Order: sequence, then structure tokens, then C-alpha cells
Amino acid sequence: MNRARIEENLFKGLMLISTVTILTCLLLILGTIIVKGLPAMNWAMVSQIPKGGFYLGKEGGILNAILGSLYLATISTVLSILISLPVVLYLNVYAKKGSRLAYFSRFSFDVLWGIPSIVYGAFGFTIMLYLGLRASLLGGIIAVTFLIFPIMSRAIDEVMRMIPAELLEASYALGATRLETAFKIVIRQSLPGILTAVLIAFGRGIGDAASVIFTAGFTDYIPYSLFRPAATLPLAIFFQLNTPIPEVQERAYASAFILTLIILLVSLSCRFLTKRFTKHLIK
Amino acid sequence: MELKTHISVNNLSVFYGNEPALKNVTVDIPDKKITVIIGPSGCGKTTLLKSFNRMLEAVEGIKISGAVLVDGENIFDPGIEITGVRKKMGLLSQRPYPLPMSIYDNVAYGPRIHGLKKKKELDRIVEHYLKESSLWEEVKDRLYTPASKLSIGQQQRLCLARGLAVEPEIILGDEPTSALDPKSSQRIEARFLELKKDYTIVVVTHILRQARRLADYVIFLYLGELIEHGPANQIFDNPKQEMTREYIQGVIS
Amino acid sequence: MNKKRLLKDKIAAKFMLGLVIFSGLLVFLIAFGLYYRAKPILDIKPLGQLLFSSSWRPLRGDFGFFPFIIGTFWVTAVAIFIAVPFSLLTAVYLSEYAHKLVRELTAPLIDLLAGIPSVIYGIWGVLVVVPLIKNHLAPFLGTFSTGYSVLSAGIVLAIMVFPVIIHVVIEVLRSIPNELRDASLALGATKWQTVKHVVLLKALPGIVAAVVLGVSRAFGETMAVLMIAGNVAKLPGSVFDPAYPLPALIANNYGEMLSVPLYDSALLLASLILLVVVLGFNVLSRIILIRIERRIQ
Repeated sequence: MNRARIEENLFKGLMLISTVTILTCLLLILGTIIVKGLPAMNWAMVSQIPKGGFYLGKEGGILNAILGSLYLATISTVLSILISLPVVLYLNVYAKKGSRLAYFSRFSFDVLWGIPSIVYGAFGFTIMLYLGLRASLLGGIIAVTFLIFPIMSRAIDEVMRMIPAELLEASYALGATRLETAFKIVIRQSLPGILTAVLIAFGRGIGDAASVIFTAGFTDYIPYSLFRPAATLPLAIFFQLNTPIPEVQERAYASAFILTLIILLVSLSCRFLTKRFTKHLIK
Repeated sequence: MELKTHISVNNLSVFYGNEPALKNVTVDIPDKKITVIIGPSGCGKTTLLKSFNRMLEAVEGIKISGAVLVDGENIFDPGIEITGVRKKMGLLSQRPYPLPMSIYDNVAYGPRIHGLKKKKELDRIVEHYLKESSLWEEVKDRLYTPASKLSIGQQQRLCLARGLAVEPEIILGDEPTSALDPKSSQRIEARFLELKKDYTIVVVTHILRQARRLADYVIFLYLGELIEHGPANQIFDNPKQEMTREYIQGVIS
Repeated sequence: MNKKRLLKDKIAAKFMLGLVIFSGLLVFLIAFGLYYRAKPILDIKPLGQLLFSSSWRPLRGDFGFFPFIIGTFWVTAVAIFIAVPFSLLTAVYLSEYAHKLVRELTAPLIDLLAGIPSVIYGIWGVLVVVPLIKNHLAPFLGTFSTGYSVLSAGIVLAIMVFPVIIHVVIEVLRSIPNELRDASLALGATKWQTVKHVVLLKALPGIVAAVVLGVSRAFGETMAVLMIAGNVAKLPGSVFDPAYPLPALIANNYGEMLSVPLYDSALLLASLILLVVVLGFNVLSRIILIRIERRIQ
């Protein structure tokens, strides 16, 4: 009896230590980025593109990378929605329960989810060679879309699977087709989940470097064409950090601060939107 | 007929948040008899039953006042070991919940938890209690298959064996036959009638016929209040309260 | 009117089915694409030599992946070794023990941890973990390390893997009916006994799935590892030595070394290896899941 109690307390202690450690890690990461990044921040960072000698510590900012990343992530996210939503709707509305196709699709999403982003980068580059494209915004979009649509699909599927079958049956019983049920019932019921999934995918898209390193390339200019290279924030951070010049490294911290801020914003809006859109849900 | 008391409920009130579930219930439950708690759904039957083995406390935002004395000891006393209270009582829930392990391990789970390690002794206990719950003949050749492979009726009997294996004094049944087919229900009821020789049994049910078949003593609850309690024949044949009579005649339900 | 609705329904079904099939086959499409480009090197060199030779001299035409494969293995192993106990204990604590308020407060923080880009983890690793190991841990243990090492990369990867495992395990634990816990508690088991013998056993398939997701994440992570692991193409002798995992190799050299013959093909072979291993993890985890389910569920 006593041994059981000691064991319980021991494990409770370990659990508490683990939880605190993990949360401390998060705070440490955010803290480090803020402490290092905030002093290096200035208005030029977010309003200017790199000027001559930027990478030697001269003037300029990373507007090129901020906009490049936003364009890239936004377009990829939209494309991903166009792929994910029909696929997941098919799996949850059209496919029969226990269908092999659904099982196989979900398996393949799991695999796609696990494929490293660098592999998507390499594959994206292969496609680009095949299409005769050079490193460009479009190339980056292709690679990032491949990277994030499985993430989005899995997240949406997780929510749609929770919808009770009775809800669909109620809609069929009123004479609705599957398509109408999909759009009027299923999407509405899983809207908060869909929004969360979209934002998670967007966050992943804007923060990933390995998939764009050779597909999107890098440039000091704001991207104006799909067929031109585009700078991205994670790569800007990476390149600046790799220079030996302290001023440029400072800027890497500032850039990291900006990227973290964007991610925080995405995460917060996620929470906020989920709360707002749960009003009409059938619990 | 003078009854020896086993569980004594004293001014027990239970709140879920601000919703009262039981209001000032005071009642004595006789030793080695079957006590049946009846009443319409949502009247606090299960709450009363689960207060006996302190299973209510896991619920978020619950408030309990009053006392429940088992063998003269208040189970809500701060010094009381909660696991000891629960060991004294076997619980059968509405649906059988076999633990995710083999038939053998399900029955051996309780004794093992309480420190028994000897394989021989465990073998004996498993066989004994599977016989006690009349499941042995059906499973003796497949003791090491997952318990989930059994039919629902068999699972409920397995849960009974599992509960008996910790050698309780009391068996609590929370509508224990509600998920079962008539044949399986009958077997459970038959076990109860047999087991009351050695155990105090408390059963919650909303099936009046079942109450009539099983009860030695009846407690009637309505909306969290104790309306009437007494020996079965008195409650069923000659209730003192108007409301009890209406419930038993099926006017209200 | 009705006919039009039904027609729409049918067309949509076909269109969606097409997308489902496309996305389902994408894994194979990627695998084929990579294989096709890796073929030149596979035609010349035997696979065994590519996988198990330690000689990496691209200019001489030697492409031995062994140091990179071992580097990947060590970094992943260290990360999982740290991440699994911490994540499991945290997930159990949050779902079984913690007050509702604590749970609601920590959930967004864990999600945030999952959302932080790997470059940020990389920077943090360079700023905090690398100096920590170089200046404190290695001297304390009486060895030397530049800080850019298997251990640093493993620690940072572990932190990246935490939210992945925690998220899935909490979901799994939440799906276990409370009545099952009650069944054990009612027999007089303590909470911890219930967790240890019943809850975790019931959750085992989900835990396996969570760990596999975590392993895939750590295994393929590129940027953070590229920034912290040190990138020396030698077999690491201890966790304080640098390593050069496969993803870092690809990221560092692809696009730049294309003038060296076969280099490009070798790097795509490396990508293919990553893909095949991830596929293997997933198949393996499915098999384990089915096995466990047959035994206990």
C-alpha cells in the first residue's frame, strides 16, 4: 500500500517536472528571440528592401522577404484549400464507411505529413526542371503547396470525422443530395476546425525554409512576377545568421522576431476565430 | 422484522455546481439484503449509489455534504483511505466495461492491485470468482483471450467476477442489466439472489418488475428527494405516500 | 430542377474522386520522380556501396552515405530518447491529473510550440544550446565539444517533437471513456495504478502512432539540424561530436554543386532514402497497431 503511494507521488512529481520543463522551453525560446531581436528592430527593417552593402551591415530592411513569404504562403494556402476541402469532403461524405479508398487515402496523408520538407523541395525542383522553370515564386508555391496540403487535409479530416452520422442522415432525410449536405451541413459544422487547419497550414508554409531553399531562390527585390525568384523570411534569417558580420547577425535576430510575431499572430487569430465560429454548432 | 444496518446515509446532499442532485437524504441500508433504489430517470438514483464508494469525487465542480457510514465509519472522513472504501464494494455499471486485457487479467486485476502476486493463488481466485458469477464453464478454455471478445452479457458477468475478486462486502449495481438481453439479465438477477447470502447488494433500476423480483428493501427517490423507504412488500403493496403509489402504478414515471 | 441537382452531385463526386486519387498517389509520384533522377547514380554504383561506404569524395566520384545515415540516426535517436518520456509524462499529467484551468491554459502554448518555424528553433539552438554544451556540459563531463554536436541537435529536435507527441497522446487519452477509469477505481485501484495498468494500455496504439509521428518529424527536420549539428561528414564518436544528417547534406549542397558529375543524382537519392524510411515508419506503425489491437482491444 505504502509502496503504491510512493510510486504515485514519484510519478506525479516527474509529470510536473516534465510539464514545467516543456513550458519553460517555450518561454525560453520566445524570451531569447525577444531579448535578442527587439533591440535590433527598427522601422527600416520592415519598410525597406536591402540596399547596397546590406549584407555587410549597411542600410536597408527585409521587406522583400516579408512580402515574398506572405505571397508564397497565402497563394499556397489557397491552393491547398482547393485541394484539401474536396478531398476530405469526399472521404467523409461520399466514401462509404470503412471503404478501402478512404483507408488508403488517410494512410497516404499520414505518409505525406511525415515526408521531410527538404524532400518536397527536391521534388519541387525536379518538377521545375521538367517544366523548364527556374527558381521562382511559382516554384516555391508548388513545393510549399505539396508540403502543406497534407497537413491541412489531416487537420480538417480530424474534425469532419467527428461529425455524427445522424446529422448527415437528417439532411438526406430532407431530400438533400450529398453535395448539398457537404456544403450546407458538413462544412458549416466543421468551420472552426477548417479555419484552424488553414491557419496551421499557413503558419507551416510561412515558416518553412527547406522546401523553398532551391525552389523559390532569393532576391533583394519585392517579387512582381510568378516567374521571378522570391525572397522568404526563413531564408533571410538563415543567410543573415551565416555571415560573420555582427550587424548582419543582429538583423537575423530582428528578422526572427518578425517571423515569430507573424506566427504568434496566426496562433492568436486561430484561438479567436475558433471561439467566434462555434456559435451555431450542434454539440 | 428488525434489520441490521450496513450502510447508513446521514443527511446526504450532493450538488453539481449549483444544481442539487440529492437533498438531505437519510436512510439505512440493511445488511445481506438486496436493496433496490427506484425512481424516474434523473432523480438521483445513480448519484446516491455512487456516493457509497466515493466515485462522485472525480466529477468536476461537485459538492457533497452529510455523511455515509459503512460499518459505522464515515467514508468522507479525511483520515479514510479512499481505495479501502472502494475495495469494500464491487461496482457493476450500466454497460460492462472490461479492462483492455485478457479475461484472466480482468479478474486478477483487483487482487494484483492490492498486492497479491502468487500465480497459484491468483489462479484459484480467478477460477473461484468466474464460477461464482457463472461464467467459468463458458470461458475456461480461453482465459487468455481479450475480454472484449466476449458477448455483452458475458462481459457483464466478467465485471461481476472482477468486482467479487477484491472480496467486497457490498455489491453496487447501477442499472446493471440495462444493456443486456433478457436471457443475460435473468442470469445476473439469479446471481444477485444467490449472492445476497454473503453480500449486501444495492441495485439501481428503473424497471419496476425487476425491482419486484429482486428487492428485499426499497428506496424511492423523486427529484433528489427521498420520498419513501421500507421493506419491499410494504412499498409495493401498501405505500404510505401518494407519490410512491402513483409511481408504482405507473401514473407517473 | 431535381435532375440538375443530381447531375451536379454526380459531377462533383467525380471531380472529388479524381483529387482523392491524385493525392493518394502523390506519395508514389514523388517516389517515382526522385527515383528517376537518382537513377544515373544507381546505374553505376551498387546500392550497398552507396549506403554502407564511409567515403564521401564527390569530386572523385565517391558517394558513401554511411556517415550521413548514421548522423541522421544518432540525432533522431537522441531526440526521441529525450522527447518520448517528457511528452508522455506531460500528456498524462495534462489529461489525467491537471485541473481543467491548467489544461485550458497550456493547450494554446503547446500549439504555439508546434507552430514555431524550424529556423527559429535553429537560432535558439545556436544562441542557447550550443554555448551551453560547449562551455558547461562538455567541460563538466571532461570532454571537448564545439557545441555544434549530435547532442545539441537532439535537444532542439526533442523540443520540436514535444508538441507533436503531446497533442496526439492527449487526443487519444481523451477518447478513452471515463467509465473505464471508474471500473478500475471502483476496484480500489489508486489513480496512478489506473493510469499505469488501464489507461496507458488502452492508449497504447495511439501512443505508438504519436511516437511514429514524432520520429518522422525529427528524422526529416532540416533547417534546425543544418544550423546546429555541425555538418562534418565523419562518423560521430560520441554525442558531443558533430554529425551531418542527410537532410542537412541535401540543403547545403543542392543547386550549388550541380557541376560535379552525379552529385545531383546522389542528393536526390538521399531524398529518396528519406522518403522510403518515412514510408517504412508508417507501414511499421500500422502493423504494430493492428497487432496491439488484436491483443488487447
